[in-house]
Amino acid sequence: MKDLLTIGDLGADGIQEIMHAADSFAEVCQRPIPKVPALRGKTIASMFFEDSTRTRTSFETAAKRLSADVMNFSASSSSVNKGESLRDTVETIEAMGVDAIIVRHKSSGAPEQISRWANASVINGGDGWHAHPTQSLLDVYTIREEGRTFDGLRIAIVGDISHSRVARSNIEAFHTLGAEVTLVAPPTLLPPHVEALGAHVSHDLDAVLANTDVLYLLRMQHERMDQALVPSLGEYHRAFGLTLDRAKQLPSSALIMHPGPMNRGIEISPEVIDDERVRVLNQVTNGVIVRMAVLYLVLGSAAADRSAS
Amino acid sequence: MSLFIHGGQILGPNGVERADVLVTGSSIVGTGLDLPVPGNARHIDASGCYVMPGLVDLHAHLREPGTEEAETIETGARGAALGGYTAIVAMPNTTPTIDSPSLVRDVLAIAEGALCEVVPAAAMTVGREGKLLTPMGELARMGVRIFTDDGRGVQDPALMRSIMEYATGLEAITGGAPVVLAQHCEIEALSAGGHMHEGEWSTRLGIGGQPSEAETLMMLRDIALARRTGAHIHFQHVSTGEGVEIIRQAKADGVKVTAEVTTHHFTLTDEACSSYDPVFKVHPPLRTAADVDAIRAGLADGTIDCIATDHAPHEPHTKEFPFDQAPPGMLGLESALALALTELDLPIERVSELMSSNPAAIAGIGDRHGNPVEAGQRANLVVVDAGSEWTIRGSAMASRSHNTPYEGRTVKGQVRFTVLDGELTVDDGVATR
Repeated sequence: MKDLLTIGDLGADGIQEIMHAADSFAEVCQRPIPKVPALRGKTIASMFFEDSTRTRTSFETAAKRLSADVMNFSASSSSVNKGESLRDTVETIEAMGVDAIIVRHKSSGAPEQISRWANASVINGGDGWHAHPTQSLLDVYTIREEGRTFDGLRIAIVGDISHSRVARSNIEAFHTLGAEVTLVAPPTLLPPHVEALGAHVSHDLDAVLANTDVLYLLRMQHERMDQALVPSLGEYHRAFGLTLDRAKQLPSSALIMHPGPMNRGIEISPEVIDDERVRVLNQVTNGVIVRMAVLYLVLGSAAADRSAS
Repeated sequence: MSLFIHGGQILGPNGVERADVLVTGSSIVGTGLDLPVPGNARHIDASGCYVMPGLVDLHAHLREPGTEEAETIETGARGAALGGYTAIVAMPNTTPTIDSPSLVRDVLAIAEGALCEVVPAAAMTVGREGKLLTPMGELARMGVRIFTDDGRGVQDPALMRSIMEYATGLEAITGGAPVVLAQHCEIEALSAGGHMHEGEWSTRLGIGGQPSEAETLMMLRDIALARRTGAHIHFQHVSTGEGVEIIRQAKADGVKVTAEVTTHHFTLTDEACSSYDPVFKVHPPLRTAADVDAIRAGLADGTIDCIATDHAPHEPHTKEFPFDQAPPGMLGLESALALALTELDLPIERVSELMSSNPAAIAGIGDRHGNPVEAGQRANLVVVDAGSEWTIRGSAMASRSHNTPYEGRTVKGQVRFTVLDGELTVDDGVATR
């Protein structure tokens, strides 16, 4: 595996391979000194063309626990705003000598474009509305950690599917592993031709809750109101938010997940945040573990590929 | 100087026939099989080729003035000649916008000596800003026949009505020759944030979509206004199957409407965007296979009048931005004829109508372009070997840019010779200057 651009690059076997590697890194993270020399001497460029403190920090922590060197690049401090093309920017960074590039970009497809120009491995840290594969992998890890099997697992993804890279990647990952996915949103927050994503669709959260094993809430952006996609955040919360009443309808064995950061009082009521079924902090912890596995496998196998050729 | 084009099949007044062609000066002086050939005539072997009226493109972006790094009038015209064109209509979305008589004069002056006739279109609104009318009367008086804000549609319906009403009054100036309003149909409020066709592929790829209705709603508006005003509305680069049907109906109702489609809209679909390569980004966007089928049907049954190129050169680095940041547009002049011959199952006479006589009539240059190959006509001709295969390469093109979406595609139909006003502009596949 040279690059990790989408979940589709991995398939079920690839996902499982990352899960197994993550298991061993979970053990590393429990040690008093949670650090191994696996990627000593490797340089990883973290190219964030869009702000994301959480994802960036998670990747950097993962890289440092593997003893890799991390080079930081942010769009605000770069020449992107001076009209430099994406290719120029990437070739400049690569010329400094990097083994892997983690790309976060507000434009869908940017990591795929970069992978065509770069010799280094490219890891998609989230692109536009398109894909966020490491988020999906940490979500899979979190569900799997609870001892759940995906075959037939009923997962409801609630919220702004249309503008969500997390939704697209998670639908792909959950389907690949055999789960049943239902998208719950008003029609304005579903992409046109949503059938292309292959999931069930519902506009009624209450009708879905009782038959849900994993309730996955998406972040609601304030700007969707300005685009007249929802009347108000209050109405959104009343129709699609996880309120205390709705939490009662959800099976006691269900998991509640959210990619963060959560809007309290919009996707989820403040009184539900401390519900014992919520796994949001486990997701964050597992993010580091899973990203260690991804970096290790991408850089390890890329090195193997290079020496083989 | 004479040219003796022998051995080919000509597209004459009675259709395709085996005949030689004798050109003297700027005119065709004879066609037939036993022509008296002057001793000093240049002999051109057209065996296995069609000898057709030179092609006319209603829609080319030559980028001059303003973006000469991407294309110039000289290089665009050279590419056009290599593609078999003898006349191209230059779009006015340059910097500055071609919206005044002095700028039209500039373009005509620069185009002196170019390898094909360059026919400037002028903007309908000042600076293509959709607010004020350009001096359409003065422009018409100096010969401008096509007005367009191409790249942007006129959003304001009251302004569009005013443009149409004003244009109908200009036929007093043109001596009855039609003044054509060429519309880029796109309701921007619907297409905003869109970078490809809104459909299954935009959903999978997470790229903002432009719905088909952004095109069709403006078409319906303009047909209603054209019906009221009697203006001649020409729809540029129709991309939707629904649009083709709207035009079919409007023509049946007697509205003065004509339409063009581009080569890429009948050869490529939105699936091409799945690589995120901005070379496939274009406005209006590549649409679905069903749209392609409807456009092909419209080309066959006469609903669509012309094949245009929407030749839109962009410097290579501008296509190395993310998909949503890269400029839209594709090269077209050097590949359009071959793609039409390869991809469309149409008789050569129909291809010639679509690419020569119909656009010549719409551009108001039918006196000298797009006429049957016969004695007395101006010698604007192309000799094309319809069966000869070649592979499209952006780097091999005369254009200053290389943004062809057909890189590596093998097509049939090679332009061997192009003749402009009796002079060779392409000689055995090579531009003469």
